[in-house]
Amino acid sequence: MIRGTINIDTEICKGCELCIIACPQKSIGLSNNINSHGYKYVELILDNCTGCINCALVCPDSGITVYRQSKNSLKKNKYLVAKL
Amino acid sequence: MISECEIENLELVYKKPKTLTETPMHYCPGCGHGVINKVLMEVIDELNIQDKVVGAAPVGCSVFEYRYMDIDMIESPHGRASAVATGVKRVNPDLYVFSYQGDGDLAAIGTSETIHTVNRGENILMLFINNAIYGMTGGQMAPTTLIGQKTSTSPYGRTVKNSGFPINMTELISKLDGAYFVTRQAVHKPNGVRKLKKAIQKSFEHQKENKGTCFIEVISNCPAGWGMTPIKSNEWLEENLIKMYPLGDIKVPK
Repeated sequence: MIRGTINIDTEICKGCELCIIACPQKSIGLSNNINSHGYKYVELILDNCTGCINCALVCPDSGITVYRQSKNSLKKNKYLVAKL
Repeated sequence: MISECEIENLELVYKKPKTLTETPMHYCPGCGHGVINKVLMEVIDELNIQDKVVGAAPVGCSVFEYRYMDIDMIESPHGRASAVATGVKRVNPDLYVFSYQGDGDLAAIGTSETIHTVNRGENILMLFINNAIYGMTGGQMAPTTLIGQKTSTSPYGRTVKNSGFPINMTELISKLDGAYFVTRQAVHKPNGVRKLKKAIQKSFEHQKENKGTCFIEVISNCPAGWGMTPIKSNEWLEENLIKMYPLGDIKVPK
């Protein structure tokens, strides 16, 4: 499985929760903390992100940056597993 | 072992476009305007036309969009963004020009400008953001408001007897000969955002070849104006607004 992670700009986030609905892995949730503008912000709650960029596409405030495991590293992983 | 590999080999796949400034957006939480601004800037980034594009900003919720877009912008009088864009394009035919208007702006106050700009076949891209309400002024009824929809000026729902039928601007415009590419998209789902991006890309390509007016309607939500949470508003949009304004290409080049 390709794995990824996201980086959320918590100061920009307005807590609209659209990314929570858009995430197919349900790995984003609303935090109990609030930022300096008084909004609850979202955070990554599960470690099953695949880097599909759905959350970043629907984010109205462009606060999400997405990183994904490179394809080359996957090949390397498979090679290592096969070797083991 | 897997987690170590993952941290080492992460690569950037998506980030905020360079042409979008760092200014925090003033839009309400969950508003579709932010997504549309972002997609537009992504396309400009990818085509590398930051210094060759001019936008005409409207009056409405997106009135301050020149603060967020790091490109040349002109603020237009209410409803006249397409007329301003026409002037820019005629003086500088080599530039890429777009107008960005809401439904109160394009379909009510600027109806004549819109129809005549398309009828003349000006080589501009017209973006029409339809959220079926006057968002900025407090959620009043717009010409695009659905029958039975409650707004602050139709608290018992819009009736045909008092206010007539909702106007379908995009279908109207597709009948004019000057229109080259007319499409309707929505931004409530990730797939819709991808389709909108493709449509904007195509429009800029057509503009480069001087083909005629490209018109993109984007169905958007207005959580504050409709009095719903952003998630509820997107559900309402899918159940009601998209039935009245079906998505898809309405006029495609032969």
